[in-house]
Amino acid sequence: MSVTTEKKNFTQELIASFDLSKFKQDSEQRKKALAAFQSLGLPEGKSEEYKFTPITKLLAKQFKAEELYTSPTPAVSDVSALIPKAFQENCVVFVNGVYNPALSQLAAGSKVVIKPFQEAMATHASVISEKLNEIKDNNDPFALLNAAMWQDGLFIHVPKNTSGEKPLFIYHLHDANASKVTSHTRLMVVVEQSAEFSIVERTDSLGKNTIFNTINEEILVDENASFSYCKIQNDSGDLIHVSNTTVHQKKSSRADTYTFSLDGKLIRNNLNIIIDGEGCESHFYGLYLTDGDTLVDNHTVVDHKQPNSFSNELYKGLMDGKSKGVFNGKIFVRPHAQKTNAFQSNRNILLSDDATINTKPQLEIWADDVKCSHGCTTGQLDDEALFYLQSRGIPKATAKAMLLYAFAGEVLEAIKDENLKQYIDSIVSERLHKSF
Amino acid sequence: MSKDNQVLEEFTSKEYEHGWTIDLESDSAPKGLNEDIIRFISAKKSEPEWLLEWRLKAYRHWTTMKEPKWPNVHYPEINFQDIIYYSAPKQKVVPKSLDEVDPELIATFKKLGISLTEQKRLTGIAVDAVIDSVSVATTFKEKLGELGIIFCSFSEAVREHPELVKKYLGSVVPPNDNYYAALNSAVFTDGSFCYIPKGVKCPMELSTYFRINAANTGQFERTLIVAEEASYVSYLEGCTAPMRDENQLHAAVVELYAMKSAEIKYSTVQNWYPGDKNGKGGIYNFVTKRGICAGDHSKISWTQVETGSSITWKYPSCILKGDYSSGEFYSVAVTNNYQQADTGTKMIHIGKHTRSRIVSKGISAGKSQNSYRGQVHILKRAENARNFSQCDSLLMGDQCGAHTFPYIDVENKSAHVEHEATTSKIGEDQIFYCQQRGIDEEAAVALIVNGYAKEVLKQLPMEFAVEAQKLLALTLEGSVG
Repeated sequence: MSVTTEKKNFTQELIASFDLSKFKQDSEQRKKALAAFQSLGLPEGKSEEYKFTPITKLLAKQFKAEELYTSPTPAVSDVSALIPKAFQENCVVFVNGVYNPALSQLAAGSKVVIKPFQEAMATHASVISEKLNEIKDNNDPFALLNAAMWQDGLFIHVPKNTSGEKPLFIYHLHDANASKVTSHTRLMVVVEQSAEFSIVERTDSLGKNTIFNTINEEILVDENASFSYCKIQNDSGDLIHVSNTTVHQKKSSRADTYTFSLDGKLIRNNLNIIIDGEGCESHFYGLYLTDGDTLVDNHTVVDHKQPNSFSNELYKGLMDGKSKGVFNGKIFVRPHAQKTNAFQSNRNILLSDDATINTKPQLEIWADDVKCSHGCTTGQLDDEALFYLQSRGIPKATAKAMLLYAFAGEVLEAIKDENLKQYIDSIVSERLHKSF
Repeated sequence: MSKDNQVLEEFTSKEYEHGWTIDLESDSAPKGLNEDIIRFISAKKSEPEWLLEWRLKAYRHWTTMKEPKWPNVHYPEINFQDIIYYSAPKQKVVPKSLDEVDPELIATFKKLGISLTEQKRLTGIAVDAVIDSVSVATTFKEKLGELGIIFCSFSEAVREHPELVKKYLGSVVPPNDNYYAALNSAVFTDGSFCYIPKGVKCPMELSTYFRINAANTGQFERTLIVAEEASYVSYLEGCTAPMRDENQLHAAVVELYAMKSAEIKYSTVQNWYPGDKNGKGGIYNFVTKRGICAGDHSKISWTQVETGSSITWKYPSCILKGDYSSGEFYSVAVTNNYQQADTGTKMIHIGKHTRSRIVSKGISAGKSQNSYRGQVHILKRAENARNFSQCDSLLMGDQCGAHTFPYIDVENKSAHVEHEATTSKIGEDQIFYCQQRGIDEEAAVALIVNGYAKEVLKQLPMEFAVEAQKLLALTLEGSVG
């Protein structure tokens, strides 16, 4: 049997094994997504968007088709040790993709509505359908797969003029001690006019069995609103993860996103930022520190649809061991989005002989009065800087960690929330010192 | 209308200069493509059996291939059966010297501004002129022959130096490399062949002029340059075509082969007919160009000024196989009206200490789309490889587009790869600065565009730089003296 037919069959089997009748709510949407997924299929080796990320091959190797959308939920009694103190007062916990109310704790007296998605579909039906219409469909095969198969999720509604709320910590825990785990989670965030809110999301895993997890995030930032979103991916287990995040920004809004990828088997982050209003500001930062045979693939798109906006992107990577880094950053400036300023920078350091990086910064500009640039570098640690530190009596390993920490520092510095900065700083420093 | 809009307006309405045709009686094959046509071409050119087999193999492979859809260009499907694959200006006998060449042909080249005889006297460039499918004249052959340099038409090379052709043909661009390379391998009709022996520095610029004259024809030429150890050659290529309403296909293959310490410099000024103001007609320029730095310390440098063609699809590339070898790519691509260009380069670093440098300057005006697509690939064993890429785009007018698709793949940690790209229009502050110094707006635009492209233009050989500047002056028309 040829490779292509094998893959096709895997997509077919996957669709065949899926039972829509299980889901009472939202079945029309699911049907639509499934049909779209069916025509697209799982990405093949030649697919431009998944050229360096052999995710289908890996999935077909690790999973049977029917295992890809369901798995048992084990009982987890306590996660408090895993959640940083600063965020324990306002946190939501998902275990194997299912919302766990017992482990979650929401801040009292908050104006923000935080509900499991299933429940919100009944209580906030009109808001959800209205806002979903505004958000562009995502045509990534895994976004469609998620849209058809999501089991649970979260709906977050930040009413007008809300500010001063505690950041929400979302903790996705996968317990793969007993068996392989699959989960598809959905998240929707609506930040209404002039409101402010921030979310910290962390994925984590227990056990050594393979985990397949997709997360779809639809975020709408309304006029004058401000939103900050931080993802921390540091799974020690065998995790295959695809996240699809769409941030839709309206007039004069601001969005900051941070993506930290430290561990896992294969991580793919699709981040789409749609600037659909004048005077928007968007900052997105990424840091990937990979080792072993980890593959981290960041695909970002910023789509300037309206004039007078600003976007700035900075992604940095350190690749060690046999790990692979993939970066693709697209900047679109649509025909009438004049006076757009869009900047992008991607810097990489390869630390070992077997590490690789594939990067593709991409500019597509249809407006003339714009300032857009992208820069991208790949290199290794500066020998002279290392020598300088050593000549001052600093051991090589420490010196190396210092230089790498300084390299990562540019991204860490961009975090505004002090608690969050400290938390991530501790994870990154621990990681860098562990390596050397 | 502001002054710089006027400049743009003039540029946009400027007619194509080389749009005339001359009635040259031509000898053509019937339309369409099949094995018989290939046999016909091969027989016409009295080719040896092995070359016919080579063509047929390429053709059979081509029939299994699909037209590439990935470039960022849009055009109606090409009917490959509606093209004449062989068209030769009729000549009774093969000319021995320039005096015997059809006077109409000479007139054609005079019109192009490359009078073959004058060229011979004045500038000292050896020219090989290719009209439609056939090379019509090569100058300076004897003088070059004294140094052991072979510079002749491809058909002649097949006749006179079959061993060299057989050895290097398809060694850099294999016949099954891509769709258009396969098509070219099956039906190529002529082109230039150049061989520089060991240790020889070619004393003059070698040059080829390509001209599509007949209607409904495609032009499929092949250029092969082999530079032996420690030799040097600088090669120029220029092209024009008449104005016709239908699109014409040009699918060429260029192969460069550089041995140890050899250097090849290849410059192109491409000015195929770009189509009219409304995007009607024009040449589809689908070209495969690739060079291999096979030996240590060898160097290949591509310089291109792309102003013509309705669609350009072209990636002059370097395979840096030898240790310490280096590759360069300098490009200015100007698109206007409805032109589309998807051009760039590939630098494949295989050898140790290999270096490459990419400078690409795109200028888009009117309703055109201009894309840079490039790849820098550092393979695992390429220790201490170095690359610097810069690709800038300048947008003139609010209806055009500029796109960049750079692929950077690094598999060796000692590599130093830098890439930067910017997109902007001519800054108001830049114009203001010039005006403040007493330079009027038009001259300021000219100055800035000129400065913008200078990094590439200065790479061109002197003789060509003049022509390139003239071409680029289209952009500056009405603003410089």
